[in-house]
Amino acid sequence: MNFDLHGFGPALWAGTLMTIQLAVASVACGLVLGLLGALAKTSRSRILRLLGDTYSTLVRGVPELLWVLLIFYGSVGAVQAIGEAIGQPQLELSPFAAGVLALALCFGAYATEVFRGAILAIPRGHREAGLALGMSRRRIFWRLVLPQMWRIALPGLGNLFMILMKDTALVSVVGLNEVMRQTQVAVTHTKQPFTFFMVAAAIYLGLTVISMLALHVFEKRANRGFVRSAA
Amino acid sequence: MTLPTPALEVRDLHKSYGQLEVLKGISLAAHDGDVISILGSSGSGKSTFLRCLNLLESPHQGEIYFSGEQLQLKADKAGALQAVSNQQINRLRTQVGFVFQSFNLWPHMSVLDNLIEAPRRVLKQSKAEAIETAEALLAKVGIADKRYSYPNELSGGQQQRAAIARTLAMQPKVILFDEPTSALDPEMVQEVLGVIRGLAEEGRTMLLVTHELNFARQVSNQIVFFHQGLIEEQGTPEQVFEQPQSERCRQFMSSHYL
Repeated sequence: MNFDLHGFGPALWAGTLMTIQLAVASVACGLVLGLLGALAKTSRSRILRLLGDTYSTLVRGVPELLWVLLIFYGSVGAVQAIGEAIGQPQLELSPFAAGVLALALCFGAYATEVFRGAILAIPRGHREAGLALGMSRRRIFWRLVLPQMWRIALPGLGNLFMILMKDTALVSVVGLNEVMRQTQVAVTHTKQPFTFFMVAAAIYLGLTVISMLALHVFEKRANRGFVRSAA
Repeated sequence: MTLPTPALEVRDLHKSYGQLEVLKGISLAAHDGDVISILGSSGSGKSTFLRCLNLLESPHQGEIYFSGEQLQLKADKAGALQAVSNQQINRLRTQVGFVFQSFNLWPHMSVLDNLIEAPRRVLKQSKAEAIETAEALLAKVGIADKRYSYPNELSGGQQQRAAIARTLAMQPKVILFDEPTSALDPEMVQEVLGVIRGLAEEGRTMLLVTHELNFARQVSNQIVFFHQGLIEEQGTPEQVFEQPQSERCRQFMSSHYL
């Protein structure tokens, strides 16, 4: 079988790189948001708990596509105001930045619940052992809770990352040249939708498989010392 | 005659869970070298009492002194006493070891890392110094060969011995044992009791909540019998085991001992 890309190969490759950058940047910011959200939701302060609840409800209640559009178009006024304030009137939010913001926001909202579950899954006794040895709450979190949370949260986070990877396609609506948009451009030019949509599908599938393999390595590392018991 | 300052002293300790008062005014002093076993049926408040001493549970009333230094407490909105100063409670906790029924080793760290974590981060020991102490302690409790193993690769008895070594690594002045052998299979109980016996013979100050009556009688110089949140009987092992004064204590001894 001969796959003729009509010269769109380099553009698709560039789109793939853009998709990867978008996904990696979004997951990095999203993990931070998710961690903060989970800490807020399990906090002793009622205000922080309310804040965490509001975040996860609000973000999960609105479609990802709408977040992309809302952030890209909705931020124009705000960004312009900031730009004028710092003497850069031409400042604007790039499609990439808007995409990262929207996807990170959504990933973070779902990750909040995954992290919260992980925090609750760590036996109280592990924290108590730290307390009994005179460790501060902060140190207990960094040394005892966080490394264990990671292990418990990884399967759930991996799942969310798969979804995020494909949600990157949504950012094509604001003109970011990632896989989906490059594909659409190619389709418009060549009138061969099937060929190019199949290529796009293969690219997403390939990225997903690679991230699954990476996840497997992470999980293996995180599970050091945990014997899978039969009981 | 003035008695020396007790290593640990508690005055009139009260603790409630909602309406249920589980400790109704406990006073107890442990002097240097004392080994005090706390006995009583389940629900009598012995574990809660032990956990209140280093504020793993918040008491509602009472005073706690470590070597004469009073632990500063203030009531929160719910009436439970919390430490006034995190600094003070964390410093005092380094001086009071606590051994849990369920070991509570950290499963994501090797045994050696479990032992050096607090000495390095809290006592600010150098890594080399902490490792040297840790290896000596692991040898002492008989599991030197397990230092690079993870806790879940150890038997229950080995885990509890590692947990005791972790506590010893802080060089505590007093060690509290909360039913240290209750989660163990019968054949592993003796190896842990052997370690605790060794510590008693070194002259360490210890409070021990246990159901191992024979053991308590052999290692303790004082026995305290709890009943419904109060000290019902207190004295030397001979007094409490041979001639208990209270009816409850007599019943407990006759049903649990011999």
